Amino acid sequence: MTKVLSLSDAIAKFVNDGDTVYAAGFTHLIPFAAGHEIIRQGKKNLTLARATPDLIYDQMVAAGCAKKVIFSYMGNPGVGSLRIVRAAIEQGKLEWEEYSHFGMITRLQAGAAGLPFLPMNQTGAISLEKANPNIKRIADPYGGKDVIVVPALNPDVAIVHVQRADANGNAHLWGIIGEQKEAAFAAKKVIVTAEEIVDESVIRSDPNRTMISEIVVSAVCHVPFACHPSYAQGYYDRDNEFYLAWDKVSESAEYTKQYLDDWVYGVKDRNEYWQKLGGDVHKRLKVPDLMSEPINYGKY
Amino acid sequence: MSEIKYSSSELMIINAARLLRDGDVVFVGVGQPNLACNLAKRTHAPNLVMIYEAGVIGAEPARLPLSIGDPTLVSGALSVVSMYDIFTNYLQRGNVDVGFMGGAQIDKFGNINATVIGGYENPKVRLPGSGGSQEIAAWANRCYIMTPHQKRRFPEKVEFMTSAGFIGGRGDREKAGLRGGGMLAVVTDIGIMEPDESGEMILTQLHPGKTSDEARANTGWDLKTASRVGTTDPVSSTELRILRDDLDPTGIYLKGAS
Repeated sequence: MTKVLSLSDAIAKFVNDGDTVYAAGFTHLIPFAAGHEIIRQGKKNLTLARATPDLIYDQMVAAGCAKKVIFSYMGNPGVGSLRIVRAAIEQGKLEWEEYSHFGMITRLQAGAAGLPFLPMNQTGAISLEKANPNIKRIADPYGGKDVIVVPALNPDVAIVHVQRADANGNAHLWGIIGEQKEAAFAAKKVIVTAEEIVDESVIRSDPNRTMISEIVVSAVCHVPFACHPSYAQGYYDRDNEFYLAWDKVSESAEYTKQYLDDWVYGVKDRNEYWQKLGGDVHKRLKVPDLMSEPINYGKY
Repeated sequence: MSEIKYSSSELMIINAARLLRDGDVVFVGVGQPNLACNLAKRTHAPNLVMIYEAGVIGAEPARLPLSIGDPTLVSGALSVVSMYDIFTNYLQRGNVDVGFMGGAQIDKFGNINATVIGGYENPKVRLPGSGGSQEIAAWANRCYIMTPHQKRRFPEKVEFMTSAGFIGGRGDREKAGLRGGGMLAVVTDIGIMEPDESGEMILTQLHPGKTSDEARANTGWDLKTASRVGTTDPVSSTELRILRDDLDPTGIYLKGAS
């Protein structure tokens, strides 16, 4: 059954005020288009979970969508500070819950596997364990050292961008796969946005590359260039210049508001946003092909 | 021969690169650690295997990666796996030789604070937090860090321990059952500090022209010096050429006081 919806319909239908949202993607495939649509629809009181809040949550916090963030590295990757989230935390305006990367993705893995929690080995660094009551230690029932445990994270909704998906939500992705699969299987609802919607036969031609199954997907949205200023491996490059520029924009509440007015509220959808970026940016982010060797599945 | 001029960043990167051994599996960060690893790979350690926390194994970046998840790390890599796999099968299982750390502060026992200045609940300065560093510091066989030698970066004791060095002394790592060897070298622009038998960082080497008085004056604890303090080998023109011409031609990470 086709699950194809416009992104605005999918957000309206599957993201509710007060939800815990996991917009997946470790540096790669970050679903900025969905983040911007959530801002345009004025969703409120969200708990925004991501290993790296990145610019997408900086913008959503600036727009007033969030009451809380859950994270494991709060920086502007490769640039420095994530100014808006950081200032909101320093000023006591935003709740937060913090883990190491491993703790964060272990929570998702537990959620994806239907477990209440998962153990990790001790690290000797106990400050975070003291600060976050969700991080606990229990005895190894088999007699080894105590282990650290974190509870399952089961977001109300995960948003996962992929290179290609069929209309049912079977999705191929490649490049850095971060925590995409774990987020999708952990969440109660999954919105897939895709660079391309392809025929099911394309998915069936390479089943090992299917990281997300239609079984868990609620909606499939065709949104080319959804990740800018993040990227989609093989489709377009990361816009490092934008990440640098955001460092300046996010310094000032006025510039930030102007940015949201121009690039989020001021455009209807991702297509309009992409056209507005213009030919020079498109050209700068274009990537030459580098094809993999085909493999033979065999005809049985 | 005219004297070779270099920045303090170049000095640190070159000395950090020399700590890597051929065949090491190294958990790399972006920026200066990435340059150090690529320099080592192009000089004495051609079989270095670079792992990035984004899940990339055996990266051979064709351009300077500007983030930990740069697409250039993926194209041509040996393998790309999920974050859960990189932290479990690779790091926790014990398949990583070297971890390159970063952080705002490092203390007398090599513990790192990358989380907060001021109280955790009411932070004065909120820093990015652990990322991968809490586990890398615990489970990589050897950990290194490079940082300019400044008093504010070297407090006697970190107020928040994002990742563990020797905690309160060597015995503490064993007690916690940490498989890795801990913080084995702190490379600064003055010299190199290494742990003594108790796990305390002491000055073991000075860069040419630097003095132990300088090191002591810029350290927040009473810095001990090894009985024989060595001198690091001078920076070579080959090392500088590879850094400047091949790895960071626009000087994004090489800038720094000369």
